[in-house]
Amino acid sequence: MYTNRFSTFLSFVRKECYHIFRDRWTTIILLIMPVLMIILFGFAISTEVKNAHIVVLDPSQDAATHAIVNKLATSEYFTIDRYVYDLKEIDALFKKDKIGMCIVFSERFYENMMHSGDAHIQLIADGSDPNYAYTLTQYATALISTYQQENLFQNIKLPYQIQTDIKMLYNPTLKGAYNTVPGVLGMVLMLICAMMTSISIAREKEMGNMEILLVSPLKPITIILSKTVPYIILSFINFATILLLSVFALKVPIAGSLGLIILISCIFIFVSLALGLLISTLVNTQMVAMLISGVVLMFPVILLSGMIFPVESMGVFFQWLAKILPANWYIAAIRKVMIQGLGITSVVKEIIVLLSMAVVLIAVSIKKFKVRIE
Amino acid sequence: MIKVEHIAKKYGKVEALQDISFEVEAGEIYGIIGPDGAGKTTLFRILTTLILADKGNACLNGWDVRKDYRLIRNNIGYMPGRFSLYQDLSVEENLQFFASIFKTRIETNYHLIKDIYQQLAPFKKRRAGALSGGMKQKLALCCALIHKPLILFLDEPTTGVDPVSRKELWDLLKQLKAEGITLVVSTSYMDEAGRCDRIALMLKGHFLSVDTPQNIVNHYTDDLWAVSSCNMSKLLTDLKNYPAMKSCYAFGDVHHISLQQQATAYTTSQQALQTYLENLHHNELSIRKIEASIEDCFMELAARSSLENKKPKQYV
Repeated sequence: MYTNRFSTFLSFVRKECYHIFRDRWTTIILLIMPVLMIILFGFAISTEVKNAHIVVLDPSQDAATHAIVNKLATSEYFTIDRYVYDLKEIDALFKKDKIGMCIVFSERFYENMMHSGDAHIQLIADGSDPNYAYTLTQYATALISTYQQENLFQNIKLPYQIQTDIKMLYNPTLKGAYNTVPGVLGMVLMLICAMMTSISIAREKEMGNMEILLVSPLKPITIILSKTVPYIILSFINFATILLLSVFALKVPIAGSLGLIILISCIFIFVSLALGLLISTLVNTQMVAMLISGVVLMFPVILLSGMIFPVESMGVFFQWLAKILPANWYIAAIRKVMIQGLGITSVVKEIIVLLSMAVVLIAVSIKKFKVRIE
Repeated sequence: MIKVEHIAKKYGKVEALQDISFEVEAGEIYGIIGPDGAGKTTLFRILTTLILADKGNACLNGWDVRKDYRLIRNNIGYMPGRFSLYQDLSVEENLQFFASIFKTRIETNYHLIKDIYQQLAPFKKRRAGALSGGMKQKLALCCALIHKPLILFLDEPTTGVDPVSRKELWDLLKQLKAEGITLVVSTSYMDEAGRCDRIALMLKGHFLSVDTPQNIVNHYTDDLWAVSSCNMSKLLTDLKNYPAMKSCYAFGDVHHISLQQQATAYTTSQQALQTYLENLHHNELSIRKIEASIEDCFMELAARSSLENKKPKQYV
């Protein structure tokens, strides 16, 4: 009897694999998309600034201004586009969208700096993209103050000086990919487990297959298990792909224990599967299943996981909303283990939250699975 | 084998089934015949435990559709009206899959499906979605039969199927009956009624009549004529205006009419009708008396039932 039931299960899983691999778009979504996502978020959609074009208006042309411009030009953040000689030119350049920022030195810069201490640098940025403008000016200010510390204070002995040394822990070069990898992991696992499972069960209903499956000796639990197993396997394949890509292509090392990462991911996969099942018990068509998993699961993960916008700067409501998203707990835990290299003791809270979500959701969705069609 | 008592089902305000009761004997072919929207599929879904009735009981082989749905599902076969196999699986893969979920193998009951499967064999590597309508239904039937069910429910198995395949399907059902399988078949094709041992004529959620096809025909008491002329649409209008007309409807390439019994002997005679129509300039006129078919009986029963339904409303 046991072997018999197992062979039923196996042939169901085989059938499910036919569905996945015979539909070109399903295959593409499942296997290519995670790779695309990690590449997109890792390389293209990056919130860090690299090689921003800037122009310089330098009426002084002295040692100090040259040194500062040199400092900016040699950093990886800026590329000096050209020198301009009139403020009026700047406006045209900004309008053509050629440049990100303009640096304007005051007249007789070096002299003023050494004697009256009244040397000014004006940074002009395009405020229509506030985030970008803010980042640019921050970087430039930081570079200018480094110059100040390096060169000025060598000559003048000041009685007191305060120097701020900023050190970025865990991600010393402030690479965006450190933030992206856990986020993409969370997003892809959620997408494949929740969205694809809910769509594939909704498809059985929509095409009328569920009628025959129900009028058969199959138990609901067998249907559920055999529908989800292929997606569990695919999730692991994607999980491995993303980790490999992030280590070798994005150069994000795995600081913590790989075993712990796998354990947390397993729990999260179960949470997502249960969510997918729950959605599929509520809807009858693939379209609705996709919309619900897209709107209810994907968007919040992208927007509220801190991947693109920091949750800390959002309103209280959204912070609470972010707290009930399973993906956020997962992303937080992966960040701690993978990037910060912390051990299991620091992610106990996340693991407990995810585990309880998994138990509750699986219980609810099995209970809600209908043995009839209405 | 099947016992249905006072089943009723509502979808919102629409009464899909109203107080249906009937019994099906073991080993018979029981036809449920009615137009689209009569409630056939709802009835099938209740009997196959897919939905629950609002009222009433139904038992299959002594098992209650509500309580013993597991047992019923293990022992019946169901072929839904809509093609419900996997379109992206091949013929062979579909059959293998359904054999495995019914915990059997194709070989075990191969004799049941042999005749029909041999016709499918040349296409066994083809995806089910690419089959013709008739082939799809044959495959669906094979899949519903693969575990040799006690009772087989077929919801409109011949809809969208060519006449040759329809005949083949019905021949197969006859063979299955010989194997001892009880068959409940629904159809909207009245001409298929004669293939059943007993039929239930169904309309708007209730049964008009249940009997053998022969008895139903025998109960038709009116005289029935087939009338045709060169202008059929004008003929139908003129026939409807004939004073003694009881019922009149297009039937294939002729019009079937019956006349009021209580009218005078003269008006009910063929001669009178002929003269009436000739006066209206109908050429190539042909009026012949015919035997009633199931469809004629259905029309008559439907008309009678709508009259009965209207009566109480007048007093309200």
